[in-house]
Amino acid sequence: MTEEALWTTFLNACLINNFVLAYFLGICPFLGVSGKLATASRMGGAVIFVMLVSSVCAYGINLGLNAIDAPYLRLISFIAVIASTVQLVEMFIKKVSPALFRTLGIFLPLITTNCAILGLALFQTNKGYGFIQCVVYALGAGAGFTLALVLIAGLREKLELAAVPDVVKGTAMTLILAGILSIMFMGFGGLGG
Amino acid sequence: MSFSENPTSGTDEFIKGLWRENPVFVQVLGMCPVLAVSNTARNALAMGLATMFVLVMSNLVVSSVRRWIPKQVRIATFILIIATFVTVVDYVIAAISLELYRALGAFISLIVVNCVILGRAEAFASKNTIGRSVLDGLGMGVGFVFALLCLGAVREIFGSGTLFGVQLFHDGFQGWVMMILPSGGFFTLAAWLLFFNWLKKRKEAREVTPKLELVGQAKRGVA
Repeated sequence: MTEEALWTTFLNACLINNFVLAYFLGICPFLGVSGKLATASRMGGAVIFVMLVSSVCAYGINLGLNAIDAPYLRLISFIAVIASTVQLVEMFIKKVSPALFRTLGIFLPLITTNCAILGLALFQTNKGYGFIQCVVYALGAGAGFTLALVLIAGLREKLELAAVPDVVKGTAMTLILAGILSIMFMGFGGLGG
Repeated sequence: MSFSENPTSGTDEFIKGLWRENPVFVQVLGMCPVLAVSNTARNALAMGLATMFVLVMSNLVVSSVRRWIPKQVRIATFILIIATFVTVVDYVIAAISLELYRALGAFISLIVVNCVILGRAEAFASKNTIGRSVLDGLGMGVGFVFALLCLGAVREIFGSGTLFGVQLFHDGFQGWVMMILPSGGFFTLAAWLLFFNWLKKRKEAREVTPKLELVGQAKRGVA
C-alpha cells in the first residue's frame, strides 16, 4: 500500500464522493444543525471523532464475525457499537465542556441515527479496506462531512439577511443550496485516480 | 398510557401518515434514502416497500413489548429490533432480485438509521396498543412510498425519459443528466417542498377570506 493510494482514499471520501453531497448520507443533521456556523463546526468535530472510533471498531468486529462465520450479525453489531460510542462521546463532552454539551443538545444522541456513520462502517467493509486505509477513509469522510456542513452553514447565515420569498424559506431553500453545492463538488471528479 | 385513550379512530391513525403528517413532505424525516435511491421510479418503489415492511413490523414488536422495556435502554432496544427486521429485508431482496439489490446497495442496510422508523417507534408505538401501532406504521409507510414515488417518477421522466422503464417520449429525447445525478435529487425534493408550501399558503389564505366575507355579511345583515 503506497502513500499515494492513501492520499487518494482520503480525497475520494472527502471531496469526490463527499458523503453528504454525493452519497446523501447524514442529511438529517445536515438540514438540522446547519443554521449557525459555530454549532456546525462543533457538530463536525463530534462526527469526525465518532467516525474514527466506530470505523476502528467496525474493522475489528468484521474480522471477528468473519472468523466465526456469522456475517448476518454484522448490521446489528455495527449499530450497537455506534450507539455506545455516541454515548461515550456524550459523557466525555459533558465532563470536559458543559457549554458545548448544551449547544449540541439533542443532536449528540442523534449522531446514532446519522447514516453517514453506519454508511462508513458498511462501505469500508464492502470495499475490503485494510486497517490504515479504514482510518484514513474515516478521516476523509469526517472531513468531507464537516466541510459540507460548514459551507452550508456559512451560506445560510448570509441568507438570513437576504430578502427571500416566503414560500421558499426553510428546508426548501437549504435543499436548493445543497443542490448547487453538489454540482460544484462534481467538479472535483477529475481529481480521482 | 393516557395517550391510547384519545378519541381518534383507527382510520384516522392510518390517514394521517398519508397527507397531514406525511413523513417526508411535512415532517422532513428520513431524507437520506429518499434522495439517494429515487433516481428511478422502480428503485424508489422497492425502497419504499422495504421501509414500509420494517416500519410495520418494528411498530408491531415495539408496541407488544413496550411494557417490559425499561425506559433507560428503550432506544437501544428499538434499534436492535429494527436492525433485526432490516437484516431480514436485506436477505429477502438479495434472494428476489440481485439486480435490484445491487442498485439499492448499502441503502437497504441503512434503513436501520432511517429516522422515520425510530421516530415512530419512540413517538407512537411505545405508547399505543398493537392495533393502532400497526395502522400507524401502515399509514406512515404508504405516505413514505408516496413521497418516494413522487421524487422517483419526476427524476426518471426528466432524467431518462422513461417511467418504470417504459419509454415516454420519441427516440430523439435527450435525457436531462442532472436529474439522475445527486444534485437532481436535492432540486426535485426542493421543488416538491415548494409546491406543498405553496398549497398550504393558498389554503390558509382561503380560510382567512371566507371568514372576512362572513363578517361582512353579518355587518350588512345588521345594517
